[in-house]
Amino acid sequence: MNNEEEKVTKSPRRGPGGHGPGGNFEKAKDFKGSMLRLAKELNKFKVLIIIALFLAALGSVLSIMAPNKLSKLTDEISEGLVINSKNLKQIITKTTSSLNEEKMKEVIPNVLEMKLDQNTMVTIMTSSLISDEDKAIFKEKFASVDQTNQQEMLNMITSLPESILNVILPTTTYKNVEITTSDKIALLKASTSTNKKNISLPDSIYHVMLSDFKTDKQLITVDDQIKFLKVISTVSMDKKNAAKLYKKLDEMPKSIKKVVEPTMNMERIKDISLFLAILYICSAVFTYIESISMTTVSNNFARGLRARISTKINKLPLKYFDNHSIGDILSRVTNDIDTIAQSMNQSLATLVSATTLFIGSIIMMFYTNWIMALTAIGASLFGFIFMFMVLGKSQKYFIQRQKELGELNGHIEEVYSGLNVVKAYNGQKESNKKFDDLNEGLYDANRKSQFLSGLMMPMMNFIGNFGYVAVCIVGALLVLNDYISFGVIVAFISYVRLFTSPLSQIAQAMTSLQSTAAASERVFEFIDEEEMLKEEKCQVLDKSKVKGKIEFDHVVFKYDNNDKPTIKDFSVKVKPGQKVAIVGPTGAGKTTMVNLLMKFYDIKDGDIKIDGVSIKDLTRENIHSLFTMVLQDTWLFNGTIKENIMYNRTNVDEKRIKKVCKTVGLDHFIRTLSDGYDTALADNESISSGQKQLLTIARGMIEDSPFLILDEATSNVDTRTEELVQKAMDKLTEGKTSFIIAHRLSTIKNADVILVMREGNIIEQGNHEELMKKNGFYADLYNSQFEL
Amino acid sequence: MLKLLKTFKKKEWLLAIISFLLIFFQVWLELKMPDYMSKITQLVQTDGSSMKAILENGGYMLACAFGSLIAAIIVGYLISIISATFSKRTRKMIFTKVEELAIHEVKQFSTNSLITRTTNDVTQIEMLIAMGLQLLIKAPITAIWAVTKILNKSVEWSIITAIAVVILLSVIASLVIIVMPRFKIVQKLTDSINGVTRENLTGIRVVRAFNAEKYQEDKFEDVNNKLTNLQLFNQKKFAIMSPIMYLVMYFLTLSIYFVGAKLIDNALMADKIALFGDMVVFSSYAMQIIMSFLMLAMIFMMLPRAQVSAKRINEVLDTDITIKDGELDKDTTDLRGYVEFKNVSFKYPDAEEYLLENISFKAKKGETVAFIGSTGSGKSSLINLVPRFYDATSGEVLVDGVNVKDYKQEFLHQKIGYIPQKAVMFNGTVKSNITYGDSGKEKTEKTVKDAIRVAQAEEFVSKMDHKYDTHIAQGGTNVSGGQKQRLAIARAIARDPEIYIFDDSFSALDYKTDKILRQELKKYTKDATNLIVAQRIGTIMNADQILVLDNGKCVGIGTHKELLKTCDVYKQIALSQLSKEELDYE
Repeated sequence: MNNEEEKVTKSPRRGPGGHGPGGNFEKAKDFKGSMLRLAKELNKFKVLIIIALFLAALGSVLSIMAPNKLSKLTDEISEGLVINSKNLKQIITKTTSSLNEEKMKEVIPNVLEMKLDQNTMVTIMTSSLISDEDKAIFKEKFASVDQTNQQEMLNMITSLPESILNVILPTTTYKNVEITTSDKIALLKASTSTNKKNISLPDSIYHVMLSDFKTDKQLITVDDQIKFLKVISTVSMDKKNAAKLYKKLDEMPKSIKKVVEPTMNMERIKDISLFLAILYICSAVFTYIESISMTTVSNNFARGLRARISTKINKLPLKYFDNHSIGDILSRVTNDIDTIAQSMNQSLATLVSATTLFIGSIIMMFYTNWIMALTAIGASLFGFIFMFMVLGKSQKYFIQRQKELGELNGHIEEVYSGLNVVKAYNGQKESNKKFDDLNEGLYDANRKSQFLSGLMMPMMNFIGNFGYVAVCIVGALLVLNDYISFGVIVAFISYVRLFTSPLSQIAQAMTSLQSTAAASERVFEFIDEEEMLKEEKCQVLDKSKVKGKIEFDHVVFKYDNNDKPTIKDFSVKVKPGQKVAIVGPTGAGKTTMVNLLMKFYDIKDGDIKIDGVSIKDLTRENIHSLFTMVLQDTWLFNGTIKENIMYNRTNVDEKRIKKVCKTVGLDHFIRTLSDGYDTALADNESISSGQKQLLTIARGMIEDSPFLILDEATSNVDTRTEELVQKAMDKLTEGKTSFIIAHRLSTIKNADVILVMREGNIIEQGNHEELMKKNGFYADLYNSQFEL
Repeated sequence: MLKLLKTFKKKEWLLAIISFLLIFFQVWLELKMPDYMSKITQLVQTDGSSMKAILENGGYMLACAFGSLIAAIIVGYLISIISATFSKRTRKMIFTKVEELAIHEVKQFSTNSLITRTTNDVTQIEMLIAMGLQLLIKAPITAIWAVTKILNKSVEWSIITAIAVVILLSVIASLVIIVMPRFKIVQKLTDSINGVTRENLTGIRVVRAFNAEKYQEDKFEDVNNKLTNLQLFNQKKFAIMSPIMYLVMYFLTLSIYFVGAKLIDNALMADKIALFGDMVVFSSYAMQIIMSFLMLAMIFMMLPRAQVSAKRINEVLDTDITIKDGELDKDTTDLRGYVEFKNVSFKYPDAEEYLLENISFKAKKGETVAFIGSTGSGKSSLINLVPRFYDATSGEVLVDGVNVKDYKQEFLHQKIGYIPQKAVMFNGTVKSNITYGDSGKEKTEKTVKDAIRVAQAEEFVSKMDHKYDTHIAQGGTNVSGGQKQRLAIARAIARDPEIYIFDDSFSALDYKTDKILRQELKKYTKDATNLIVAQRIGTIMNADQILVLDNGKCVGIGTHKELLKTCDVYKQIALSQLSKEELDYE
């Protein structure tokens, strides 16, 4: 029995690689129902969960708000890149308007103060400072020119020799500005030039023509204007050369720079940054609080579930364990509850925040700009469809991988555990071939699933980049046409990111919820399992006053999964202090009798009476306290020897433990151990199975109960060790009503009554001698061993 | 870990190098993208830029993205080949190694642990290679490259980025330092949760009989609370990770922009636009750097787990094979079915005490030699020396006059029909289980039939749905213990060996079957030598020779009758059984 159980107890090996996309493909039978049940169970954590989910949603909302603000920040910063073109235009118009042609015409005569009257002519001709040659030129030119044509006159004048010009255009002062002859000539030249665009005039002339003005409250002096004109004259003023113009800005006079240069509103930038910082911190704090609360909820919920399973185990009727393996229950306590806790911790909040993020970012995108929104969604949608196709395919390979892994595992397990046979039968070739086949299959599934799942990240990246470029290009188009500001692009770059990430999160959370549903289904199934009937009519038998009489009265019993009754019609009366042995072949119902006596199972018909009181009227606890039971399996737990002997009794003093151990012949052995009675039993190799059996007997002896049951207590021990146990047991049974079940007939030879059972009935009854005389079934059994 | 990677073959190294180059290319493309990004930004920023230029740069960027996707796909493909090949080969290596291990070494590791080592542990490392290899190559390249790209752009920004990296890494490091050791405790506590529950379940009748439900529940609650509290501690600490991560990343961007605003404001007009472009680019590079550091941190978190797995795998691979194969693969003497022990002593390599001391006996062709003794007396160890599951520490074990160590194991095993105490069934059919292995002889339909008949299995096999072709589940879970044992015996009979070794193989059989089976066997294999370990005196009473073992020493040798007179231990055993024999009248 022990061995069989060990096999089942091995926790079910779930294939490795349970993580990653689609590691677990369990599907719940009733997803909705399990989720509802889960929600109901979580009711007491309602407040915390709602807070957490609310915070998760809030955190998402904040992270959606952030890009918008960030885009404003970028806008503000990019303000610092654009020159104040309004002011620049103003300056340009103001300065150039003073230089237009009419104004020139108006000013030129005044400035020039040209002397070309008779008087001057005489002065020239008579001047000794002017060479004859010049005089001749002057004469000639003057004569050849049409004096009524102003233009020709001016042209002529500019071509005159310097000496003469000094006379005609002497240095004069106009509006307090000294205008030299050369300035005048320059002015003349400029005014006669056909190219009206690039006129540059002498400073003195500018001084005369320009006047200070204010732009944007900034006084721009004539000097500055002159400098400005000089800088700007090197650049042609069309749109294409805007960049060049920007660069020239640094050469401009301060006053102009001040009004034209881009300015950032540092105050606003600070405000936005601060706002963003607060936003981020809030979002982080929310996320933190959210995870802390979900952690608290999920772990406490898991603790509760575990505790409930633990108590449930002790409330279930024994028949439950006939049909369910230990491994199955264990996996509910650990794996299943872990799955529930984990996915509650992660998936639930993720689902909420991801959905919020997803919907929120769509709303925000459309709110900000619908064209851009469509672009972003369209660009990512294309990628997502592709991605889900890949994902679906990889699921297939993951399932296949799981399957292959299971098969390989099976083969490995088989070979490893039967290695001696494999070796002795030269089975290596066979097993190697099979291994190679399976290994190859696993390799294939491994490679494919690995590859496909590895595609996820690059695909996501590409979708992100694709969305980015799409947003940039469409955005640029819109910016150029002045539909949107640059900041909108920046915002959309973030939106594309926000929009793409939640989808895969949602997909992941959904699969994890699926396995949660499956896990919780199993957990709740166990918790909802029908419990043993509550005992209502309670009579209590006092342990110290019980005499020890037991009566089986036409007992009938059938196991649920059996067709035929195990106990058909069992009646016997046991007197106080009798030693009753039950023998019979396997399946005769020996252990069942004990199970019924201990009320582990409820009898179908008939009755069992202890001191005349029906066990139906006694609580299980009361019955159990009347019996001491030692079983075949040496059930010991991880703990010290002392703990194992004392078990759940607290008021046992050391003397008593020692006395009991002396009685069963263990004391000497225990004292040879390094820690004596405090030696830990876990994996202690130095304790043999016989000694373990003795320990369980000692445990039984501590309890001083009126009844004793020994259920195959010695069958695990070799015959020589049994002698020892036998002696111990004899001491144990002294003066008590005892039931002994045994395979080996010698164990029971000295019993007061031997009940020979066969197929659920007592077929013979009596002590050894009587039964041998009868020469019936018992004698047959007893003698059979000498036949060989 | 490195040691395991050394098993990479040339082809895999080649693939790895190609992947490395491709990843290099991929990183180059990925880092190129921010350049285009900045160009696009600049173009969009400045008035008067043409749509064509934007499209052109967008196109380049998309080309980069696509190129990087293609590179990533190829790398993914190559790496999936590398990792799958690695795991395939490592599994095979472990499997063949385990097949060569001596039985006690397998026991030392425990079968379960060996299975996990062959599958789960290998998968762990495979995962590390599949995910880690890429990250391990990519992260440092990205980090270094990105750093060089932005290093000259601005001291202020670089400092901010460095601070961010330092904060992140120190948060991760301190978390790992605080939490990692506790993770191990969590594992232990989970085990004890399992342990306490199992304890309650296996001892459910004891628990109830002692009214100890409350005691067990308290015990459970204690571990449960400890586990929950520890989990809460761990997870609460870990909860800080993700907010901090995001906070650092967001603040990094924010700081770069904020500092950038100041820098732009103070810059000459000529530099402003370039600076703005730099800012956008820098923030994306900075993100790349942070990301690659995060990836590195992730690997370092994955590494210890894989390291443990690697250690466990290496433990198996490094185990010295103690049973070395001999060379003899044909008979050199005329003796058949002859087994002799000459002063054989045996102890496990690391053990202090001998399990067997000075055992000598001879078993001639057709003889039956039996071994009896209490649990732990060394009976099983003794006969396990014949098929060389262990090797004698001193003395000689001879089969057909030749030391077993000189035989090729395959040849030696062809002479032997071994039936273990616990019958082993393989996934397959009744027939495939009986014809299992290689005996150097052909196994015909008749052999199978005869074997089944002699092994007293005909009665139940003939009742099975598909007779000889009935499916046998792994471990033989669909047949009973007694049936399994009879099939196992049939398997040995089908080999028609010179020597039968029954390692307590009759105890699962009821008395009658035991008796008939042995009688039939004797008839069917007159010339075979039988070595029988048994607990029942009845099984061995008729043996030609009985060796009585007590604590590894031979305390008596002779026939049943002789021993009853001469050997005290035997007498005790016999007396205790002859009046105590199991009654099995099924």
